[in-house]
Amino acid sequence: MRNDPQTTDRDVRTDGGNVSSPFEIVSEYEESRRDRYRKLYDAYVHAPVAIVWRDWRARIGFTLVLFYLLMGLVGPLLIEPTEVTEGPALVQPFENWAYPLGTDNMGRDLLSQTVHSTTTILKMITSGALFTVGFGTIVGALAGYKGGIVDTILSSITDVFINLPGFPLVMILAALLPIGGNPYMVGILLSVGAWGGLARAIRSQVLTIRHEAFVEAARGMGIPTHRIVFKEIIPHLMPYVVINLTNAARRVIFEAVALYFLAILPFKSSSLNWGVMLNQAYAKNAYLTAEALHWFLVPMIAIVGISVGLILLGQSLDRVFNPRVRARHERTAAENGGLESKKNEDDMNVNDVV
Amino acid sequence: MVNIGWRTRRIGQTVFTLWVVLTLTFALVRLLPGNPMGAMVQQLIQQGVNPARARHLVELRLSVDPNKPIPYAYLDYMGNMLQGNLGISMYYSEPVVDIIARSLPWTLFVLSWSLFISFFMGVIIGALMAYWEGSKLDVGLTSWAILMGSTPYYVLALLLLIFFAYRWGIFPTSGRQPTGVAPGFSWAYISGILRHAALPVLSMLVASGVASLGMRGNSIRVLGENYLRVARLRGLSDITISTQYVARNAVLPMYTAFLISLGEMFGGSVVLEQVFSYRGLGWYMLSATYQRDYPLMMGMFTILTVAVVLALLIADLTYSFVDPRAGGQTNETY
Repeated sequence: MRNDPQTTDRDVRTDGGNVSSPFEIVSEYEESRRDRYRKLYDAYVHAPVAIVWRDWRARIGFTLVLFYLLMGLVGPLLIEPTEVTEGPALVQPFENWAYPLGTDNMGRDLLSQTVHSTTTILKMITSGALFTVGFGTIVGALAGYKGGIVDTILSSITDVFINLPGFPLVMILAALLPIGGNPYMVGILLSVGAWGGLARAIRSQVLTIRHEAFVEAARGMGIPTHRIVFKEIIPHLMPYVVINLTNAARRVIFEAVALYFLAILPFKSSSLNWGVMLNQAYAKNAYLTAEALHWFLVPMIAIVGISVGLILLGQSLDRVFNPRVRARHERTAAENGGLESKKNEDDMNVNDVV
Repeated sequence: MVNIGWRTRRIGQTVFTLWVVLTLTFALVRLLPGNPMGAMVQQLIQQGVNPARARHLVELRLSVDPNKPIPYAYLDYMGNMLQGNLGISMYYSEPVVDIIARSLPWTLFVLSWSLFISFFMGVIIGALMAYWEGSKLDVGLTSWAILMGSTPYYVLALLLLIFFAYRWGIFPTSGRQPTGVAPGFSWAYISGILRHAALPVLSMLVASGVASLGMRGNSIRVLGENYLRVARLRGLSDITISTQYVARNAVLPMYTAFLISLGEMFGGSVVLEQVFSYRGLGWYMLSATYQRDYPLMMGMFTILTVAVVLALLIADLTYSFVDPRAGGQTNETY
């Protein structure tokens, strides 16, 4: 704008020269509070949502995860917990609308079991994913940033945990430790076998940015290590960390359900979950008869559904954090002034799921 | 050569891991709040064994002496372990080592097939998807791969068991070898073993879903590289380009991914062997956990870990043959 002939008149000096110092320029536009909020809204709400919504995989992923969240949070308020002999044994699904998904061999409503177990599983996911990702990120970032002896020690510990077969270790710990049925404790237990790989990955990411100018500057200013790691380095890795949250969540579900399926963790008959449902169906030989097939299928579909949701969500989050996709959004948003969405050329870039 | 230093360090790391595992199993038996060892002694005393004899029996079976101070007991335990004395199973009343020798080959048999088949399926399907990127085939296979990646292996295992074994009777429902056939190199026996292993192996195919997505991403990345354009300009044949340039560079990260998933596959064998009543390492470990048979449980866990750790070491050391670039680097490579 400075060199635009129509607007230069107030900038021209008596000697005919232009403004020499950029510090003397004052913005022509006053940014009102509303503008600022709109920018923040665009950066943190509109852009991610718009980017994500363009992608069919993201739409399915978000819908699925939202569905499970609603089922876990609101479902228990709407659907009463089930009891033994609530209905006839082995009602088929979609036949009797008092039991939409049918009942098990003791007449317990499978829909109610599924909904109530979602709450438990969500609790496990929350604590398990937070612990895995939190611990992995901190250990990895510290090892990568500090280097030297700290790195050697932390990396050795990480390597041990990477090499251990995670599930058998968790299984033994679950059998020996007094974990009980507390879902938060189960989540934390499951993170024992999972944080290593993430710590290793975070460490190598940190190695690439530890010599960047902003980190060097912070170090030069004498900022203490923990502040550099938490305020400078980890925010740069957030995209990576958030994507890993969805993977950690998926792993927690798989392993928690497996532990309950194997009946290694104790459970009360009042709190059945997907794993316990599978366990009881297997233990009562439900595979022998065709009438009991739905008893297996209901928890299986529940597990696969949330897992598909998490995979798709992870992939679409990858797009949200991808600077190139973001830049394209900002361009189209500036050109069209809003929600106009452009068909994506690289619609199918599935890179890393694991 | 630089390689030697790296290899020595990698082997040192393996030894360190094994030491940690042995220490961990000792600590779990001896120091745990529940005190499994004390529980075992109490159990025997309640069965009418006099206390001194009970302690002696427990010492024999766990190879840990409950009376000794912890540091001495620890040294004894490590000595026993190094001599291959893993204690005596409470439930089966035979040395843990014998049970392991009986069951480990079966687990390795199933796992090597799983690994082999899911690796090649993953590579082939991933390459197909990448080659016809964006086509109907790609969308279909990608959806299939995402669905496979979202299915826990035990869910697939249960479905296979229900349909292929119980409903349609194509494969046996349980066990690891045909009944009534003498073991040996007869067709009946070998085909029987293969039929028993088929369903556990097929369950692990879920791993190929995830792998094929990885392979697809790698291939697409390689397809956009400049050296492929150069290769084409040099007039190299399509076959040379696809095998020497695309496949080689896209398969390398897959190899790494499989090394990492090895531990998970070993862990998965616990659940699979339970579902199919396949008496391998995992089956015995789970049964030991149910029976609270601590010597067997810890022995199985130790051997499972040794197997995984050694497999990773071998794979790691051979990695430089597969990828010449990896030689001489640090342990960052895998």
